Amino acid sequence: MAHRVGMEVSIAISHAVQMCRAEAIAAYPITPQTHIVEHLSSMVANGELDAEFVNVESEHSAISTCIGMSATGARTYTATSSQGLALMNEILYIVSALRLPIVMTVANRALSGPLSIWNDHSDIMGARDIGWIQIFVENGQESFDHSVMAFKIAENHKVLLPTIINLDGFILSHVVEAMEFPDQELVDKFLPSYHPRFYLDPDKPVTMGAFAMPEVYTEVKMGHQMALTGAYDYILKVWKEWGDLTGRHYQPVEKYKTEGAKTLLLTMGCLSEVAEVAVDEMREEGLEVGLLKLRMWRPFPFADLRNAVAGAKLLIVCDRALSLGGAAPPVLAEVRSAFYAMRGRPQTASFVVGLGGRDVAPGAFKDIVAQAQEEAQHKPTAEYHIFGVRG
Amino acid sequence: MDKFGYAQSQKFDTYASRLMPREEYFTSGHRSCQGCGEALAVRWVCKAIGKDAIIAHATGCMEIVSSGWPQTAWMHPWLHVAFENTSAVASGIESALKVLHRKGKLKGPMPKVVAMGGDGGTTDIGLQSLSGALERGHNFTYFCWDNEAYMNTGIQRSSSTPYGAMTTTSPPGKLSIGQHTQKKNMTAIAVAHGIPYVATASPSYLFDLYYKVRKAIETPGPAYVHVLSVCPTGWRSATDLSVRLGRLAVETGVFPLFEVVNGKYRLTVEVPKMRPVQDYLKPQGRFRHLREKERDFIQKHTLAQYELLLEKCGAPYPEFPVMTEPEEEKE
Repeated sequence: MAHRVGMEVSIAISHAVQMCRAEAIAAYPITPQTHIVEHLSSMVANGELDAEFVNVESEHSAISTCIGMSATGARTYTATSSQGLALMNEILYIVSALRLPIVMTVANRALSGPLSIWNDHSDIMGARDIGWIQIFVENGQESFDHSVMAFKIAENHKVLLPTIINLDGFILSHVVEAMEFPDQELVDKFLPSYHPRFYLDPDKPVTMGAFAMPEVYTEVKMGHQMALTGAYDYILKVWKEWGDLTGRHYQPVEKYKTEGAKTLLLTMGCLSEVAEVAVDEMREEGLEVGLLKLRMWRPFPFADLRNAVAGAKLLIVCDRALSLGGAAPPVLAEVRSAFYAMRGRPQTASFVVGLGGRDVAPGAFKDIVAQAQEEAQHKPTAEYHIFGVRG
Repeated sequence: MDKFGYAQSQKFDTYASRLMPREEYFTSGHRSCQGCGEALAVRWVCKAIGKDAIIAHATGCMEIVSSGWPQTAWMHPWLHVAFENTSAVASGIESALKVLHRKGKLKGPMPKVVAMGGDGGTTDIGLQSLSGALERGHNFTYFCWDNEAYMNTGIQRSSSTPYGAMTTTSPPGKLSIGQHTQKKNMTAIAVAHGIPYVATASPSYLFDLYYKVRKAIETPGPAYVHVLSVCPTGWRSATDLSVRLGRLAVETGVFPLFEVVNGKYRLTVEVPKMRPVQDYLKPQGRFRHLREKERDFIQKHTLAQYELLLEKCGAPYPEFPVMTEPEEEKE
């Protein structure tokens, strides 16, 4: 029987990894990811998880060690944040090109400088194009569920892509929440032990990581793109299977009170829960406002998003990262280009919120909606607004 | 025991050309330059390693010449990821083998784990990941193919480039003699990690190399083998001189062959009468610009370093070449 627990979300994730029977973990400490790997290392030390835990000397080596682990055929996990993800950056592209199903938790944190250990999405937005499956979660239960589902998705022989679960650092990773843990038997049935498609074996030697001349590089990239976009169907299949087992169903774009909404907010991560509170209040005030929560970031759910905005006049995209000197903040840029060829597309407004741990209260969303609706009547004054910035 | 500790190394004699395995694990058809000392070293190291091994290889000459998709020269399971992380990749392979073996998922003999990289990938950009892997004590062997510069990108200097050498980024000029720093002592760095086995080797001394490879991979824990790899392209030397130059490097004391077992140094190839360094420098175009002053400095420095090594090995002095004083000092 599933049982309810109250637990810090980081520790819940480490329990999910334990229940998935991860075999190999390499990690380097970085706030706010540390509680996950601390707890995993103590599980290994206590014999509660039969895995090799390698304390590497950098994040660059963490992901590189994970490559060696996964290529040898072990179920492999790591976690990082911010500068750590940035240091891994070079290797992240190679993991996905090698089609190694490594699962990584990213406790999202602002990138330096100035140094900030607090939450925003600038770390992962700098790694948009690494060719991994990327999912955002908004609470502890989702963190647990998606950590389990990530292994199943990544390891499927038709997918074979590394997967990142993004959760907001501190404001999600370090809070204690009530969650429901499934039984080990259920997880074992859902996620059988890992059988790699190709691995390093002296009896069946393969060369991995060969270089590509211009004659084949484009085709390899095309194959990678097809694998990532093609993973969409299997991701939904796994989410449905988990939903049928646990009663918790997930969608690439979650809708909250969108019925009849002329104005929609779009958020990612645990900001969504704050936005829900704001939407509740605005609905009570009689405003036709709803909320879209973008869960699946890669592959980008074009059709889901286009369907979700049908009927809305104004879509307000809330980014937690900047694209300095660029056309738009990252989420807006992608959402807007997804709508470009769409008939009857909504007008878009853009607000950058919660940079470097700046708190975003429900009132902020109400102010954002008011400002966006006001500006929608006229010509927009700016490409995007950094909300709450002091002049 | 004779004066160079040769008695300790009688095992060399157990290797004879007829007893060498005929299996090839680094096969022909790769694209290395004519006269490549490194390809020769890789071929013989792979022979000595034997079948049951997994290789992680850094970006560099040997990776590029051997693994252009869809072809490969490697008969071992082989993984290339990037330039600076080979030791970390090998750490992962070794750790995964351990857990899979423990869980009964891996049948048969435990494969040996081997990491390979050039001097840039080892002494410069890969030093951190190598240090991490040595410190953590993974059971693997690292081979550094030292051709003394970034040959793959067009002969740029590395920290392993010797003093005075001309490279494309350490060119001699009015204000420069070429490379103005001394070669990084990578074996000493490896020894400082307290690992059980460190050695230098050269494909010009095949039996010595073969013996060291066997010893390195059989030693539990980390092992480091630094292989001098003559590079005619980068050293501006004749392609038929590669084996000869490898011998001259040892005979002049520029690249002594030794091993360090649990911190104890031992010279494995004796040089009863040392040749002048000039014999080694002269056939190489990369030292062509050096004046007598610099050549004398190199001679003195080489002997000083050699003496330090002999002290560590507890070996008596050989017959040193006659030193000529630099011209300035004579006047």
